[in-house]
Amino acid sequence: MRKIKDDIIEKIIFFCGILSIVFVVLIFGFLIKEGISFFKEFGIVDFIIGKFWYPSANPPEFGILSLIVGSVLVTVGACIIAVPVGIMAAVYISELAPKQIKDILKSLVELMAAVPSVVIGFVGMVSLAPLVRVFFNIPTGLTAFTGSIMLAFMAMPTIVTISEDAIRSVPWQYKEGAFALGATKWQTIRRIVLKAAMPGIIAAIMLGIGRVIGETMAVMMITGNAAHIPHSIFEPVRTMTATIAAEMGETVTGGLHYRALFAIALVLFFITFLVNFIADLFLGRSKNK
Amino acid sequence: MAQIEIKNFNLYYGSFQGLKNVNMTIKEKRITSMIGPSGCGKSTLLRSINRMNDMIEGVKTEGEINIAGNNIYDQNIDIDVLRRNVGMVFQRPNPFPISVYNNVSFGLEVNRIERKRNVIDEIVQKSLESVLLWDDIKDKLKKSALLLTLEQQQRLCIARVIAVRPQIILLDEPCSSLDPHATQRIEELMMRLKEDYTIVIVTHNMQQAARVSQDTAFMLLGELIEFDKTSKIFTNPGDKKTDDYVSGRFG
Repeated sequence: MRKIKDDIIEKIIFFCGILSIVFVVLIFGFLIKEGISFFKEFGIVDFIIGKFWYPSANPPEFGILSLIVGSVLVTVGACIIAVPVGIMAAVYISELAPKQIKDILKSLVELMAAVPSVVIGFVGMVSLAPLVRVFFNIPTGLTAFTGSIMLAFMAMPTIVTISEDAIRSVPWQYKEGAFALGATKWQTIRRIVLKAAMPGIIAAIMLGIGRVIGETMAVMMITGNAAHIPHSIFEPVRTMTATIAAEMGETVTGGLHYRALFAIALVLFFITFLVNFIADLFLGRSKNK
Repeated sequence: MAQIEIKNFNLYYGSFQGLKNVNMTIKEKRITSMIGPSGCGKSTLLRSINRMNDMIEGVKTEGEINIAGNNIYDQNIDIDVLRRNVGMVFQRPNPFPISVYNNVSFGLEVNRIERKRNVIDEIVQKSLESVLLWDDIKDKLKKSALLLTLEQQQRLCIARVIAVRPQIILLDEPCSSLDPHATQRIEELMMRLKEDYTIVIVTHNMQQAARVSQDTAFMLLGELIEFDKTSKIFTNPGDKKTDDYVSGRFG
């Protein structure tokens, strides 16, 4: 009797495990199916390097270069802000902060990760965007720059918590050895601790990037959504994610435009897959040591 | 003069007294070993000589430790300079997770001893030669130090200390994670190094103390029981407790 019960439970657990894989494969298959059929009709090269995105013109143009540039610009901008600040914060939390401050900071950072992206977008729209407009004296505050700043806030919790884990797990013996050789605290952190924690920190950065590049709601609200190639970061841009979210509702199911959006999703999927793969590579390396 | 003069030295972990009124003078260019059962305070005393205990929360000290006539517990002592002058090798080999070369040059760089590449190259080579590691790893200088064997790692840790030219080297059970052959070779290395450095070694291995050291200190429950020539401690100790310990009646 117990044997049968055991078997049944095992089957259920197996089924749940398989289910998650099946879902991912189904999503991927669906993207491939719609995307490939689009490429057959429109051509993958024109799609990737085409400068104009005019889905409802006649004939329509489906060039996503401006969308890719938009996504990359916002992501790189967010990283330039979030990476140094995030790593410094992680160093402070794990190495320098007194016990009480450490606990408070850690829970605050984790709380930051729980802020819904629509709230981030909303705050950016009503408070940061006007500030940017006035400060830089530009026609609109809804720019790639504004988006970068708000997205940096979204990437930071990921970067801080995972880097902090990596830094904290650097063996005490390394630090002891460095101090015993006459190194100061900062020399020890910079030359030994950060180096030892580097694989974990890179993984943290990659996961942060993954979060930013896939972000939709906040960028849709604060980057201005103009599908053109910007000349500076103080111009509106439109990202791949925002395009899919904004236009999916207006398309005819199965139409060329509909399938073009799936093709964008495929490109996006490929990019995030690559980023996650790199992150895994580094996380694996840091664990093997 | 690189002798270490410990005067009325007390150390407290919070309310627990780890060292009780220790007085001893460690002579230069000799190997002095500290023995005693676990928890007797020998490692604590060793770590007091380069102030590594400062990093543990709640540690307080009283009394003096004078190195070359200066009290290292004085207000205006520069701890980084002290630690450069008093090197330390730990129980488990702890090379940094960087290249072999950078492990040895680390001390030179952080202490701003030397900036010229070719001089650093030379010191790295000399340091590795003096621990008899150069021939084995001269082709692996750019490889990670973590790829070396445990014995090589421990030698590297000694080379890294030697590179900054300290006067004193503290060894905290340096052979406890090594096999007997490696232990023997590290001991031979210590004997060679005592020509140039004052060496203090903590060991739980009484035979090792008898083999390598000229002077031996026996400690028990935070007190220095007896400190004398190694030959005297092991053959004709002045204290009953020392006799019981070295003859294996307890500990």
